Amino acid sequence: MRQLKSILATLEVDLRLIGMIAALAVIWGVFHAVTGGLYVTPRNIFNLSVQTASVAVMATGMVFVIVTRHIDLSVGALLGFIGMTMGMIQAKILPEFLGYGHPMIWVITVFAGLLMGAVFGAFQGWLIGYLTIPAFIVTLGGLLAWRGAAWWVTEGQTVAPLDETFKVLGGAGGTLGIFWSWVVGILASLAAVALVFQSRRRKVAHEFHVKPLWAEFALAGIYVGVICSFVAVLNAYEVPTRRIERMFEAKGEVMPEGLTMGYGLPISVLVLLAVTVVMTIVAQRTRLGRYIFATGGNPDAAELSGIDTKFLTVKVFAIMGGLVAIGAVIASARLGSAANDLGTLDELRVIAAAVIGGTALSGGVGTIYGAVLGALIMQSLQSGMAMVGVDAPLQSIVVGVVLVFAVWIDIVYRRRTGS
Amino acid sequence: MTTQPPLVEMRNMNIAFGGNHAVNDVTVDLYPGEVVGLLGHNGAGKSTLIKMLSGAYQPDSGDILVNGEKVTIQNPRDARRHNIETIYQTLALADNLDAASNLFLGRELTTAAGFVDDDSMEAEARKIMARLNPNFKNFSSPVSSLSGGQRQSVAIARAVYFNAKILIMDEPTAALGPHETQMVADLIQQLKAEGLGIFLIDHDVHQVMELCDRAAVMKNGKLVGVVKISEVTDDDLLGMIILGKHPHTGEVMEG
Repeated sequence: MRQLKSILATLEVDLRLIGMIAALAVIWGVFHAVTGGLYVTPRNIFNLSVQTASVAVMATGMVFVIVTRHIDLSVGALLGFIGMTMGMIQAKILPEFLGYGHPMIWVITVFAGLLMGAVFGAFQGWLIGYLTIPAFIVTLGGLLAWRGAAWWVTEGQTVAPLDETFKVLGGAGGTLGIFWSWVVGILASLAAVALVFQSRRRKVAHEFHVKPLWAEFALAGIYVGVICSFVAVLNAYEVPTRRIERMFEAKGEVMPEGLTMGYGLPISVLVLLAVTVVMTIVAQRTRLGRYIFATGGNPDAAELSGIDTKFLTVKVFAIMGGLVAIGAVIASARLGSAANDLGTLDELRVIAAAVIGGTALSGGVGTIYGAVLGALIMQSLQSGMAMVGVDAPLQSIVVGVVLVFAVWIDIVYRRRTGS
Repeated sequence: MTTQPPLVEMRNMNIAFGGNHAVNDVTVDLYPGEVVGLLGHNGAGKSTLIKMLSGAYQPDSGDILVNGEKVTIQNPRDARRHNIETIYQTLALADNLDAASNLFLGRELTTAAGFVDDDSMEAEARKIMARLNPNFKNFSSPVSSLSGGQRQSVAIARAVYFNAKILIMDEPTAALGPHETQMVADLIQQLKAEGLGIFLIDHDVHQVMELCDRAAVMKNGKLVGVVKISEVTDDDLLGMIILGKHPHTGEVMEG
């Protein structure tokens, strides 16, 4: 045990991260045993990652919101409104001008969604930062207002079908296939290894303390291992033979005997990974990120250091809004339709994911990868219980208890480590 | 000393919060290489006066002159542009960030690509800390885990690093032990010798007698008077603080 601790200390890995991975391993292990080996399978891991994507994307933004000591209760409702509006734009408005199936439809739709998200988010941020209305109230108002607005877009009618190219952004319909999944996996592995050693070289140049070389190799090895096994698992999920047959029929060809195809990386998961990387860079390597954390740690100090905390609030909520739009794209594309109840209760899932991922509601503390893992833990619990056949009311109870329990563990951990 | 313009002059400063006239027609100045003590009870208006200089508050009226030229200071960034640095009583540190991030907060060093360069900032922080407080070694933990003296070192380093000409210290030794207080006193002498002007806000009359060249005493938002330390006794200063009595004229301020 002591030996393990000293190895972890040498690797300088975040203990909270280890804890979350352990929690995830326990959840997966238990459900795998209970379902008789159905849980940790390529098929289920594929589904889990696709179901997690929308909430996880938004949770990365919620980290910034909560770190600056705010909260955003409006994300689910805003997702509904933007989802509905994007549905109208691609299914009703644009086809009139461009014709059905025009290749630009999805581009314009996504761009319009992002613009709406950023503008509506910025507006809420302005109310909070400049008019100093508490974020809880502004976004509670937003929760009601955006949900009402979502109904108004079509008087409550579901918009379907969505644009064919747009739907690729959502789920099982849009995957990279085996070859391109490996290309992405190998590029990501190379980038991870390059980052580890580039950081080491900088530290050596400044004559700072560095980890022993074996620790750097071990870390790089773990990164590459995780990336490659994830790709391998998703590639191992095979497209049903009947579906491949239909694809060939659509092209007027006959399927070669014995052909198999793996799904590979879903586009939505690729979007999530890109968002995670970009948000991590913003958090750790930009002034904006530094100011977000400084403001969360001590708003007065931030202001006295010349940081414009009002405008910062607008930026944080604009980012949140933009990520809600991405969440709306993924969620509506996955369902293939836009209904006005899209994103209902997502605000709670998103907040829970950020908090389980170690974001402190008192502000100043939180990580992007933690929020993504938090979202994955929540989704693993929920789909696991659904697979086992746990009643929906009991599912809610379990998720609620787990949320409170996780935060308590986090408080105990923080008190022990004094951070 | 009087032949050159003062480093900074605050003329007829006024500020009120609601009905409370926190600073009422106060004029003070500061010359290079000089330490001016600002004395007064809690709520006398010393910190409020100085916050108008550091950009935290906007005066209702009054002029601020730096090197004889009128300037407008609307926020902390403006103050920093005029080389006015402040060490707040609360230290104004972001507790969740490490020493280097606090030292450079609002003025981060960046790489060519525009990203925050933590390694360079830590290297610079190590250099200045080696000069200010050689015992300071903890550069990786958040400053919340540091001792009072170490936190004070970070706040001082932040003010000194960026070539301050005018330094405002708000009760810099209030939370410190005797050893650390001596360290701050030595630092004040050193900075003074380098030609900085320092406003030192303090309760402690003995400390002001020891460190300052002049003292400005405030009571109920008004200036009782500005005196040379060499011409007054501890009791004179106490009389100014408590009674509002000017030691040379014997006049007692109303209110």
